[in-house]
Amino acid sequence: MAARPRSTGDDGRRPALSAPASALEIVGLHKRFGKAEVLRGIELSVAEHEVVCLIGASGSGKSTLLRCINLIEPIDAGRIVIEGEEITAAGVDVDRIRRRIGIVFQAFNLFPHMSVLDNVTLAPRRVLHTPRRTAEGEALELLDRFGLADRASEVPDRLSGGQQQRVAIVRALAMHPDLLLLDEVTSALDPELVAEVLSVIRELAAGGMTMLIATHEMGFAREIADRVCFLDAGVIAEEGPPERLFSDPQEARTRQFLQRIIAAGRL
Amino acid sequence: MTRGSLRATRAGGRAVRSNAIALASTVVVFGLLAWVVVHAPGWPAVRDSFLDPVVFARALPGIAGAFLVNIQLFVSAEILVLGFGLVLAIMRGLPGPLFLPLRVLSTAYTDVFRALPGVLVIYVVGFGIPGLGLVDPRTDQRLYGILALTLIYSAYVSEVYRAGIDSVHPSQEAAARSLGLGRFQTLRHVIVPQAVRRVIPPLLNDFIGLQKDTVLVSFIGVVEIFRTAQIKQAASFSFTPYLAVALVFIVVTIPLARFTDWLLARDRRATMGGGLR
Repeated sequence: MAARPRSTGDDGRRPALSAPASALEIVGLHKRFGKAEVLRGIELSVAEHEVVCLIGASGSGKSTLLRCINLIEPIDAGRIVIEGEEITAAGVDVDRIRRRIGIVFQAFNLFPHMSVLDNVTLAPRRVLHTPRRTAEGEALELLDRFGLADRASEVPDRLSGGQQQRVAIVRALAMHPDLLLLDEVTSALDPELVAEVLSVIRELAAGGMTMLIATHEMGFAREIADRVCFLDAGVIAEEGPPERLFSDPQEARTRQFLQRIIAAGRL
Repeated sequence: MTRGSLRATRAGGRAVRSNAIALASTVVVFGLLAWVVVHAPGWPAVRDSFLDPVVFARALPGIAGAFLVNIQLFVSAEILVLGFGLVLAIMRGLPGPLFLPLRVLSTAYTDVFRALPGVLVIYVVGFGIPGLGLVDPRTDQRLYGILALTLIYSAYVSEVYRAGIDSVHPSQEAAARSLGLGRFQTLRHVIVPQAVRRVIPPLLNDFIGLQKDTVLVSFIGVVEIFRTAQIKQAASFSFTPYLAVALVFIVVTIPLARFTDWLLARDRRATMGGGLR
């Protein structure tokens, strides 16, 4: 992962919290599938190097929001701005935008007909036109960093779920994204495999990666997030630092949701 | 003797027994069939006109040589069909209003060419195109045969490709596009390679059909295996040369089917890690 240019200050510190540069700015985002309005006016901004966790019940629109940001789903109203550029404007080259935004899916979605190494190098080689040697060198370095170097020549189906998901994260990182979207990346994993994936995300956060993470892992959200957003019925019902949101939620529906989670033994 | 080896011996005994039953029933069924045919009232006449060993021995070299023409026809047509069929399938899968004309064109093409009897297409191409006077009249008739077979079989093969493309889960496309790959890069590197692997058996099925249909090209004056057999039949007053033709097609087709099965098995071993085998 290359160090991104810092927007304020050049001393390597995180930008001052008072005037953070916006990596992502969402204004009045609406999305409907047929009659069902899934997102009903999302307002969200993510600063550079910030880690924001999206929590909320299934069907609250977390995944849809991430898919909209990556332009996989066309939106019905609103604006999405990535580092000052409105990506939802007409005539924007979607392929160019998607290069800058990495997404990791719940079901990994690795390419089953390619080796792990080819999965990781496909986009750098075909999209960024990185020479094969360079791309493979970088990929092996990334795989090595996440303990996957010895799996480089395997096909994905021979890997455990945790390994596959780590490969999927490496595949997204190989494009040096400005923003990484993680969509319930541990939900399809056996419990004993969750930790290895979470530790990868922890390392990325420590390295300053800007991330928007949809998750059911409340303990993890509490630990890693700079800010937690609670999504309910297609809007962000409440947001705040994790300590406050988890221990002193202001909204009745946030309290209800957290109570259900606690009752289920997930927090 | 341990329990395990006892069980193995019993299983071995069962296998021997079931093999013996299979062998016996096969011998009885085929023996009966052969007896019925051989004792049919017309058998001596049929034997003399279809199973003349002398005629067979004399006809086989020429017929096998003529099959080279059929090989030229189907190998050329198969290569062209693989390309053109894929183009048709991709045209049909293009989304959005802009590509409607291409979708309509591809759909109409596959509908029309699957509806037409192959012989008609071969006649129209083989006699119609030279009749237009636009191409060199000395053009080899084999080229028209290859063109006609390509036109016909691309329609079938495009449907096979389309089924394969549709069978690749949309999440694969989402994953590829989310990495910044364009629509055609996604098709080329992610969707089509997976689709092709899945459709190898039905693809081969169509190719077996194509290989057999090369004999129809004899109707526009190409001297291939079937036309050669006709000539030999006329010269020998025996239908035995046709039997030689039948043998050649069987000998060529069956190994091809086995080869495909082998390819598929190998592919399964490569991509299925812990799954059932």
